[in-house]
Amino acid sequence: MRLSYPTNVKVIQVPCTGRVDIIHLLNAIEDGADGVYVAGCLEGECHYIAGNLKARRKVDYVKRTLEEIGVEPERVEMYNLSSAQGARFAEIANEMVEQVAKLGPTPVKGSCAA
Amino acid sequence: MIVADRKSLEEILSMVETDKKILVVGCKGCVTVCNVGGAKEVEVLASALKIARKKAENELEIDTHVLERQCDNEYVSQLGDTVGDYDAVVSMACGVGPQFLSEMYREQVFYPAVNTTFFGGATQHGVWEERCAGCGTCGIHLFGGICPIARCAKSLLHGPCGGSSNGACEVNKDTECIWDTIVKKKMEQGKVDDLLAVKGFKDWRSARDGGPRRSIREELVEGNI
Amino acid sequence: MSEFKSGSNLEKILKAGHFAFTGECGPPKGANVAHLKEKFQYLKGNVDAVNMTDNQTAVVRMSSLAGSALLFQEGLEPNFQMVCRDRNRLAMMADILGAYALGVRNMLCLSGDHQTFGNHPQAKNVHCIDSMQLIAMVKKMRDEEKFLNEEDIDVAPKMFVGAACNPFADPYEYRVHRLASKIDAGADFIQTQCIFNMEKFRDFMKMTVDMGLHEKCYILAGVTPMKNAGMANFMKKFVPGMDIPDELIKRLKSVDKKEQAEEGIKFALEQIEEFKEMEGVAGVHLMAIEWEQRVPEIAERANVLPRPQVD
Repeated sequence: MRLSYPTNVKVIQVPCTGRVDIIHLLNAIEDGADGVYVAGCLEGECHYIAGNLKARRKVDYVKRTLEEIGVEPERVEMYNLSSAQGARFAEIANEMVEQVAKLGPTPVKGSCAA
Repeated sequence: MIVADRKSLEEILSMVETDKKILVVGCKGCVTVCNVGGAKEVEVLASALKIARKKAENELEIDTHVLERQCDNEYVSQLGDTVGDYDAVVSMACGVGPQFLSEMYREQVFYPAVNTTFFGGATQHGVWEERCAGCGTCGIHLFGGICPIARCAKSLLHGPCGGSSNGACEVNKDTECIWDTIVKKKMEQGKVDDLLAVKGFKDWRSARDGGPRRSIREELVEGNI
Repeated sequence: MSEFKSGSNLEKILKAGHFAFTGECGPPKGANVAHLKEKFQYLKGNVDAVNMTDNQTAVVRMSSLAGSALLFQEGLEPNFQMVCRDRNRLAMMADILGAYALGVRNMLCLSGDHQTFGNHPQAKNVHCIDSMQLIAMVKKMRDEEKFLNEEDIDVAPKMFVGAACNPFADPYEYRVHRLASKIDAGADFIQTQCIFNMEKFRDFMKMTVDMGLHEKCYILAGVTPMKNAGMANFMKKFVPGMDIPDELIKRLKSVDKKEQAEEGIKFALEQIEEFKEMEGVAGVHLMAIEWEQRVPEIAERANVLPRPQVD
């Protein structure tokens, strides 16, 4: 499956999305990322029982935080897919890039902002 | 423990509006346990403030630090070397923290980042409830191990009032009528009679009403009090 | 020494064994004495005493003390209501002395609706003592002639002590015990919450009589005539501790809108007739909420006029 997804998506691998913390998502925005999303396993299929559900609540927290300070919450999203869904992975990457592109460049002018 | 809720970012941002460099100080005591002012929350607040100020093109430099406790001068003194380097310091401890800090470092400005709410505990992960009002004269044993001073909206010693409905308080349907709970527990135990005698008038001097309070353990005190 | 505790008209009526009939009047949201006096005219001669409410539903109004004094000036007997929400024990004792000095001889001791209901939800709630203790305090001031701190009172306030009882609040099984506690604390008379669920009230009174409480205290049954089905619906939904059976709402709705007020009054009259016969009930407390002008008619049709005179 030689599927392509946008080159401006930087993948950071974690053993489980339960490892992703609020501060990781905030730091990405703080450092100038136009968007950040978490791709977790399908709900109900977490190897660690609830890692992906916890990740979703953290994503929601970050969305609320951004909203409070006037940054578009759509810059942060949570997606669920299984490791067997390669095509879906590419689709999600395209979807997210499109969503963020519509919003335009980040209003947070950080050190690595383009 | 002491429970607190973080203030809105809007309020905190307005406190530090004119500052360029601040320190956010957490506390490893109660506010760490209730997930509002420990190491994690300090970093999250710092990041959120930085994002907001970057967006406003008015960058804010933030250092972070977490003290063992902000309610002991021994730990508060650890900030001595650095506290003067900032335009202001934001404390994420309960209301005690910013005061101990202010008392030790008289030249510095300390802002409270949290609203201290009550003495309570976690009834489930992420949910804290009030249990104690700190009235200074504990009588929970008189009410089946339940405190009506803290948990009845009217602090009744002889409840439930006429507003109790289906176990809910008249103030809010989501609030438990604690007197309903007390009475039902006593009924189950066949000890309703415990509640019937008219209780003595509460002496509020031991509560905040008697003025600020002080506790002394003489065996621990060195020198004069 | 007088044979009466307070010598109030209400006490005399009850002690003489008459079926008492009390009314209620809410003070104005302002200092509109003229309006208040107008309402008094509907009550004068038709009831034995008039309850003057104390910031009812936590909405700020002219003080119940001033309202009670105005009642007295106009030749009506006040029943001065006092809640524990707004005053600490100092203010309470001071107002009890003041009320007595101004001619008040009856008091109704209440907890008070929580301030979050009212128009100043930001207020601090006091509850220095609770309604049970307020009863005990007024009794102590009368019988021992002492303040709470045991200091003597120079001319003690001799009040006929009233308390409220809501048989429809939960937990139901405990309500009669709480009533017993209020009587032990010193309540001379009880005015119940508005009764609409007659079946439940009959059951409640049976328990009350079985415990002999009616022999220790005068129990006045609370009656509120419904103005229309809308009012019944509103009370059912929004007034805490109200038990309004669906059959009553149905009954009000079954008649034309213009006839609903009459239907409400008819229900109230049926209730009063039943209370006259009900064991343990010593009278009726008529709470015609913002409907004082109908009190003369209701009293007339309930056959409780003329009110007895006891010396």
